[in-house]
Amino acid sequence: MVSPGGIGEVVLHVGQSEAPQSANGSLERRAFLRRGVFGLLGLSLAGRYGLGIAKAANEKTTGRAKAVIQIWMWGGPSHLDTFDPKPNAGYEYCGAFAGVSKTNVDGIVIGELLTELAKHADKYSLIRSMTHGVNAHETAAYLVQTGRMPGDRIVYPHFGAVITFFGTRDTNVVNAGLIPPYVVLTDPQGRFSEAGFLGPRYKPFATGGDPARTPFAVEGIITPGTTETQQRRRRELLVAFDTLRKQLPNDPQIQELVRAEEQAYDLILGETGKAFDPAQEPQEVRDTYGRNTFGQSCLVARRLIERGVRFITINYKGWDTHKDHFTIMRRKLPEFDRALAALINDLAQRGLLESTIVLAFGEFGRTPKVAWEAPWNGGRHHWGHVFSALVAGGGFKGGCVVGESDDKGMYVKSRPVYPTDLIGSVYQLMGIEPTASLRHPQGFDVPLLPSKEEMNAQSGGLLTEIMA
Amino acid sequence: MASVSLSSPRRRLDVGPRGCPPLFVKAWIGTFLIAAFVGFLGLQPARGNPFQQEDREPTPANKIDELIFARLKSLGIRPARPCSDAVFIRRVYLDLIGTLPTEAEVRRFLSDTAENKREKLIDALFDRPEFADYWALKWGDVLRIKSEFPINLWPNAVQAYARWVRAAIAQNMPYDQFARELLTSSGSNFRVPPVNFYRAVADRSPSGLAAAAALTFMGVRVGSWPPESVDQLAVFFSQVSYKSTGEWKEEIVVWDPLHAAVEKGIALPERVKLPDGTEVHLSADRDPREVFADWLIRPENPWFCRAVVNRIWAWLFGRGIVHEPDDFRPDNPPVHPDVLDYLAQELVAAKYDLRHIYRLIVTSQTYQLSPIPRSSPEQSAKYFAHYAVRRLEAEVLIDAINQITGTGEDYWSMVPEPYTIVPEWQRSIALADASITSTFLELFGRPPRDTGYFSERINRMTAGQRLHLLNSSHILRKIQQGPGLAFARSTTTPRETIERLYLTILSRYPTPEEMDQARSLAPAGSRRTVDLTDLAWALINSSEFLYRH
Repeated sequence: MVSPGGIGEVVLHVGQSEAPQSANGSLERRAFLRRGVFGLLGLSLAGRYGLGIAKAANEKTTGRAKAVIQIWMWGGPSHLDTFDPKPNAGYEYCGAFAGVSKTNVDGIVIGELLTELAKHADKYSLIRSMTHGVNAHETAAYLVQTGRMPGDRIVYPHFGAVITFFGTRDTNVVNAGLIPPYVVLTDPQGRFSEAGFLGPRYKPFATGGDPARTPFAVEGIITPGTTETQQRRRRELLVAFDTLRKQLPNDPQIQELVRAEEQAYDLILGETGKAFDPAQEPQEVRDTYGRNTFGQSCLVARRLIERGVRFITINYKGWDTHKDHFTIMRRKLPEFDRALAALINDLAQRGLLESTIVLAFGEFGRTPKVAWEAPWNGGRHHWGHVFSALVAGGGFKGGCVVGESDDKGMYVKSRPVYPTDLIGSVYQLMGIEPTASLRHPQGFDVPLLPSKEEMNAQSGGLLTEIMA
Repeated sequence: MASVSLSSPRRRLDVGPRGCPPLFVKAWIGTFLIAAFVGFLGLQPARGNPFQQEDREPTPANKIDELIFARLKSLGIRPARPCSDAVFIRRVYLDLIGTLPTEAEVRRFLSDTAENKREKLIDALFDRPEFADYWALKWGDVLRIKSEFPINLWPNAVQAYARWVRAAIAQNMPYDQFARELLTSSGSNFRVPPVNFYRAVADRSPSGLAAAAALTFMGVRVGSWPPESVDQLAVFFSQVSYKSTGEWKEEIVVWDPLHAAVEKGIALPERVKLPDGTEVHLSADRDPREVFADWLIRPENPWFCRAVVNRIWAWLFGRGIVHEPDDFRPDNPPVHPDVLDYLAQELVAAKYDLRHIYRLIVTSQTYQLSPIPRSSPEQSAKYFAHYAVRRLEAEVLIDAINQITGTGEDYWSMVPEPYTIVPEWQRSIALADASITSTFLELFGRPPRDTGYFSERINRMTAGQRLHLLNSSHILRKIQQGPGLAFARSTTTPRETIERLYLTILSRYPTPEEMDQARSLAPAGSRRTVDLTDLAWALINSSEFLYRH
């Protein structure tokens, strides 16, 4: 067993596991302030949890990406109707969507409803050979977001939590100031704990509310119906009526409360909270993204990226279309198309795409063969054998296609890409050495990615062909 | 009384978060005069400092105090003053039953003139159902009681196990028996609940079970031991076997030497070393778990009693005499070794009655000190020379807010089973299963029960938590709409309402100074109705409410 902060390989050891809570010196306070509110109290807390970064390889990975926007298409979007159309497979497979959209890159075609994305194929790449073979939502959602199968004794964190964990110790990374470094727009995923063994501090901040409505009621930050004057008055009351606080000005716990409060009020009353407000944008920009929850979430994501937020998940539900698939897609795909194209293009225009990874995929694809019979009446079911993912920015090249599915989109034909390959590539671009390990609170090391020996570990290798 | 105000309300509002010493002293003198005046009128007594008895020095109440005060004297640390009755009732409710006292309970206790009213209250609290709820919660953390991954007890086994633990606490089962039943039972996880001890582990290998037993009952992390010692301890658990039955998720945990020998190829050595170095013979006709349990619960076992009395100490003070309380090792010495020894002896002498230990601790002057240190705060905290403030645990905090506001919680579970559907009026401290949760519990650091470590529970305030308390729709809705605070929303008698708010939220009467300040929120002499919701909001958001003190 490696002792915490062991010698040699340990690049960074986080905190002292026995550090008393009272030992918050001014140094820590300054570091804390620099790191920001939801800076997650990274160091001292990780210490209490006995967490640490166990080891990292000697050479530093030089990633160029600073942030990730993960568009999480919960339920599993059909790969045939989005990024891997099979126009020659016939009605049994294509259903209502017989055509394709030619993109601005020769030889790449995508689903017929994705007309806006077709104009920007030079800015993103498509992986058409994502695979894991799991057809159950929870298991697949866990697998594609942690890189691990559930079932051994460790609860793995979402790759966003890992990226956040590494980010909080790296003061060179532009940080979000007072905005949480890991944000979910708008509802948390709920059924799996993003933080895993990293602990509750690495849970994302879920905004709640709806950015398509005015105001966007970000939980805890924007309270519809309460004016700024009322907020300021309440804050005065708070200080005036806290008799214990006045008695214990030097108590470390009370000081921590006061710090947390200052930072909370920076979000409630200061300029910082406006980062979440899409109404700060010109009308045309809002229209370009689409005046719906997903469109405005993409816009808010871009605003947050500009302010240094490190990881954003847009929890985009509604892809589990067992019934009436084509009706739903006619409504949903144009909204998806417009907003994602606007996001990628906007990031590119602002020079942010180079340092921002954009990912769009779900936990699996959908059955290539349409279920025409009742009760499905034109539905598609779960399909984990092959599905697609869109990757853009942050060092991912544009205009490429990785891997192939067979002519009906049933199985991988070439170059399988497993969830761990995609996650590992994202780590590498974010400057996190994929061979590094995390220290589990129980004192053992957990490699970021499964080793070959690990049960069920399958890999097709990192996406080096599209990594600049 | 409002006319006695010595400083204008507006000026009071200007006092910053850290206060300003000269102003404070002035205010204190002013308050003292007011208190004298109020006392003269025969009204409820109130002092400038509502937290401590300003006219008393701490005096030893029992052996714990004699040992600690002597030590403090030798270290040159001055203990804090004794806490006030109001602080005591709030503290002992929160610490013993995880529950805020009601307005009526506070009024009754503060007006009780009996000399031994604190002891009477302590005894009454042991019989409250919340006592069993709260300590079943704490033991549930230690024993990792949850349905889901990575423990995977499954909902019906969780309910059986949690009920068994709760009943053991409610009936005050002697601790040696409690440990022995958990360690040596065999049978169905539904019908013999303590066998779930062997199921509530992420690692069911013999060394995984040994690690769980050592952590739970010896306060030891086997990672700090040489691997040979762990291997030796693992032998005692090498013949535990798990068998499924025809019933969904039923599992039989049983001593099965044949299975171990034939299926797993584990041969039982004849002689094994126990953690204290003594060698024992293992015979083929005796469950080795029993041999271990017999050794464990002997009075002279150096870990067993110390570990549990230290755990109780840590639960009541937020910090163990050995800290962390599950990390006993030679290079992590106790800060008051004699107190630890004394409490361990007392536990044996009291036939493993844990309530005796609770009683010794909470009746001590050490426990009943003020939260305001009189020496260097670090030294004072380290040696328990004051009662250290700490944030209420997630479950206790939301229960208290719900009690005040008369509201409930939305719970959910990742496992959709009948046993996991919980009504909104269910108190969070009484949740059996860590897989049943709420947004609030997740945000406020409730332990996931993955490891059983004390450090899994984190009670430190984060900005995200502060934001939630100050401004979330969840909390604002409770304060602004909850039936419990209806009396504050529209009142024509602000003085009484202010008093009720203080008693309900802070479990004490307002000081005259606070009353004046609160009165200033209502236009003077006005006969109109007044909305004091903002005052309720401010009190709920005060450190005095959010922290044990």
